[in-house]
Amino acid sequence: MFFLRRHTLPGFPLTFGITLLWVGLLVILPLLALLLRPWQDGTAAILQTLHDPRVFAAFRVSFGCALFAALLDLPLGILLAWTLVRLRPPGYKIINACIDLPFAIPTAVTGITLATLYGPNGWMGKLLAHAGLQVAFTPTGIVIALMFVGLPFLVRTIEPVLQNFPSEVEEAAFLLGATPFQKFYRVILPAILPATLSGFGLAFARCIGEYGSVIFIAGNQPFRSEIAPLLIVMRLQEFDYSGATTIAVMLLLTALLCLGGVSFLRLRASRGLIMEETK
Amino acid sequence: MTTARFSISRFLLCGCSYAVVLLMLLLPLVLIFTEALRQGLSAAVSALLEPDALAAIRLTAFVTVIVTVTNTLGGIAAAWCLTKYSFAGKRFLIMLIELPISVSPVIAGLIWLLLFGQEGWWGNWLAAHNMQIAFAVPGIVLATLFVTFPYVTRTLMPYMEQQGRDAEEAAFLLGANFWQTLWQVTLPDARWALLSGILLTTARAIGEFGAVSVVSGHIPGVTETMPLHIETLYNGYQTVAAFSMAALLALCAMSTVLLRTLFEHSFRKQPS
Repeated sequence: MFFLRRHTLPGFPLTFGITLLWVGLLVILPLLALLLRPWQDGTAAILQTLHDPRVFAAFRVSFGCALFAALLDLPLGILLAWTLVRLRPPGYKIINACIDLPFAIPTAVTGITLATLYGPNGWMGKLLAHAGLQVAFTPTGIVIALMFVGLPFLVRTIEPVLQNFPSEVEEAAFLLGATPFQKFYRVILPAILPATLSGFGLAFARCIGEYGSVIFIAGNQPFRSEIAPLLIVMRLQEFDYSGATTIAVMLLLTALLCLGGVSFLRLRASRGLIMEETK
Repeated sequence: MTTARFSISRFLLCGCSYAVVLLMLLLPLVLIFTEALRQGLSAAVSALLEPDALAAIRLTAFVTVIVTVTNTLGGIAAAWCLTKYSFAGKRFLIMLIELPISVSPVIAGLIWLLLFGQEGWWGNWLAAHNMQIAFAVPGIVLATLFVTFPYVTRTLMPYMEQQGRDAEEAAFLLGANFWQTLWQVTLPDARWALLSGILLTTARAIGEFGAVSVVSGHIPGVTETMPLHIETLYNGYQTVAAFSMAALLALCAMSTVLLRTLFEHSFRKQPS
């Protein structure tokens, strides 16, 4: 036990052991099984799954809708964080509590609720039908469900940075004659950009894998509104384990790549900012 | 002039925020309760007292208790280990602990089938010994464990990091052993962060759908948790029953949000 000597506090072998056991059994072991499974039936099976146009279409729907939803959430997240930290209108505490709702409400509940709300007989569905828009059972419905799911990630990552933003900087900008728009665009936006990017990444990663809140509203037509996680479930129901795990590994790796890419962008964006030190 | 324009833009921005919150967040919540109560309160309550619904509630409670206890103990150990010592590979370990957050719930269910399903690593062995994990309650527990894995550690770690290790070192020098230090020094101080993490784990465990749906097998009354039962009811066009169950889950979610706000308020007020 080489590490025993270096720690002043007792209990390192014990807590480290428990942690390793806990992580090993519940995370490493099952994910290892996932990574190894596609190869079991040979590379031909993998290539067959990868060449399936339906798989390709499902990935396009998943990534396209997740990207759209996260992009649409971006201004909303900045707006809500700004309202909560700076404007504090009457009832901002209620807004604050509501932000966490999408995170707390079970996905299946979100799913049936949004499907009913935007369905042909729902409150919003009827309203939008007058405008000639059909939301439920189309990719638009998927985007709406994902926007609901992703919103708290953006608000909650931008909020603390905005809170710690020194007011002197803004006062300086004001004294130097900046208009409110310039102040926002030139001073505040660069400061909250890293946090916004990581919020965007979190929301995007969550949206790619989202299942429960989407399947009820999506309609699930192959090639049009079928998401990748649903395709995994369908492959499993056909006992096509190799197909299911190939899609799953691809989904997992691309989600991790996106997260990695976003944290790289975040590093780039935070270069030269003093703000990051408080994080 | 500037102040006037400023207040107009403030008014507009606040209006937009209200509109977003109202349309995106509150409207769905209102819909859950109106749909549940469409045929009156008694219909909603009697839908919840159906045998299958009761079985689903019982199963969810059972799974949630096991999962919360396991992940809380593991989470405390991990948070302690990761904040009170420095060792090689710490960042990697943190990354592994946070990994389940970015894994799709469907994958979180699938991985357990690969270990314990019929085609899985130990599927044959389990079948030979007449044990079932996949498509049964143990599978549901495992899937929920995976999904709620990081939350206690994630909420505890920032707080314990900020605590430092002075208090623990002092306790140790005064002759306290590891357990005494943990129970009487570290955890009492971090209790609000810990409670907040436990609450988050509980809320996620109650509501998990995707992961559980893959490993459950969907036998009404046996392996259906509350969210799965909602799906069955909804697809069977029993809208009132589905939304009654949904309203119950939404109430749980709302009380978690409320309690967590209170806890966070408490640990912000606490002198550090």
